[in-house]
Amino acid sequence: MPNLPKLPAPPLPAALKEPPPRPGQGNGKGPIEEAKNAGITVVDWVDERTSLSGAARWMMFRKVPKGTNWFYTLGSATMFAFLSQAVTGVFLAMYYRPDPSGGAYESIRYVTNDVFLGQFVRGMHKWGSSVMVILVFLHMGRTFFFGAYKYPRELNWVIGVVLLILTMTMSFTGYLLPFDQRAYWATIVGVNINGTGPLLGPYLSDFLRGGSEFGATTLSRFYAIHMLLVPGLLAALIGAHLYLVAKLGTTAPPWSKAEQPEELRKAEV
Amino acid sequence: MADKRLEHKSKYTLDRGIPGAFEGETITRRRFMTGSAHTAGAVAAGAFALPALGFAVGPIFKSTPHRWESVGTVGMFVDNNYTPVVLTLTPNIGEAGKSTVYIRQFNPELDTDRADIETHTPYIAISSRCAHLGCPVRWVDAAERFICPCHGGVYDLLGRRVGGPPVRPLDRFYTRVKGEDVEVGPRFSVNSQLRRFSPRDPGEPLDGIGQYVYPSRPGAQKLSHAQELNITSQ
Repeated sequence: MPNLPKLPAPPLPAALKEPPPRPGQGNGKGPIEEAKNAGITVVDWVDERTSLSGAARWMMFRKVPKGTNWFYTLGSATMFAFLSQAVTGVFLAMYYRPDPSGGAYESIRYVTNDVFLGQFVRGMHKWGSSVMVILVFLHMGRTFFFGAYKYPRELNWVIGVVLLILTMTMSFTGYLLPFDQRAYWATIVGVNINGTGPLLGPYLSDFLRGGSEFGATTLSRFYAIHMLLVPGLLAALIGAHLYLVAKLGTTAPPWSKAEQPEELRKAEV
Repeated sequence: MADKRLEHKSKYTLDRGIPGAFEGETITRRRFMTGSAHTAGAVAAGAFALPALGFAVGPIFKSTPHRWESVGTVGMFVDNNYTPVVLTLTPNIGEAGKSTVYIRQFNPELDTDRADIETHTPYIAISSRCAHLGCPVRWVDAAERFICPCHGGVYDLLGRRVGGPPVRPLDRFYTRVKGEDVEVGPRFSVNSQLRRFSPRDPGEPLDGIGQYVYPSRPGAQKLSHAQELNITSQ
């Protein structure tokens, strides 16, 4: 940062000026002064013991290339869709019962019809899942068309593909949970599509159903995958994805040209 | 760098000039300690990971006992048309465990294929599970066809595919007669020649190399030859 000359403070009428501290005041001592500084004190206390402020600055205050535009927000948008799914999912889990002999459907009916704001929260989760899938693909398209998958960001593309697969797994397993006719038959068809993979396909179907037929534990299996197994993996991989974004920086859009420093331009002339 | 490492080739730590080495010692204590710690860590991780994994994949290898369910009396079924009955494939989970099965009497003029002659099943029980992806087919009497609502699979009177995407005929169930009752037993799959195979999932062809590409699984087996003989003798 070059040393810029400081502008003189604008003239203030005397009434608006802060009075100079009286002797024994304004030196950070006394209960009122301490209360004023409480927030800073707490942050300082944590920072002194963790050095988190450095990590926060490293993450938040990055240099971005010229030409960065709205397309670059699609990744964050996807992450917020995930956060919304996580929060609404946790609260839906407070009401949901993975009971195939009628309890699952009944608990969803109860959430939708009887719980205060239940229809809204379930709607957020249901429609939010589609929003997340759409945003994932838009984000992937942005990365592809801007060439942002190239060296040194290949690993981040690979992590992104795994995140895409996990998102689809979430969509597949979540679809069964309402346990209505549509959920049941869509899952039958989906599991059988998995089964058409040669050699290992039939075993994958058995793993998903927890047996050779759609059985008593299929629903709880899907529920456990949907709310325990995959969300943990998703959260961990989103962390790795973000770390690499901060570490490697974002790319300039493909249409922006490299700018030469002033000295070099003069030298060419 | 590589040359330098090759220089001290002796397996004894004493010869390699490692401080504090004992006579006849071949591994440094530091290396031994690291190895032991890694082994202990692997054992500890395996102690919870392997049982958990086995717990999750166990159902793949568990064989389910064959169930026989009475679906009606002998007089209920004719030999030239199908009667739908509801069968419980998985007990105790309500509607989700039930499936429709289409049943007719054995017809010596129609059922001339090897599978039928071998078993002499007194009744032909056709599964309503489409061999494409598992949607429920229905018997359309006027057309004499099984028709699937999902992707347009069509099957004839014997359950053989005549149109659409299915990869093999409709599955069947073993049947037997006990007294006056018609009983339906385990499911089996058939290929396009109506030869019997252990039950497969929909979407898995059984012609050509299909039976090897989509192997039968421990959890779902057809009846053994002895068990089949036992049915026909009754």
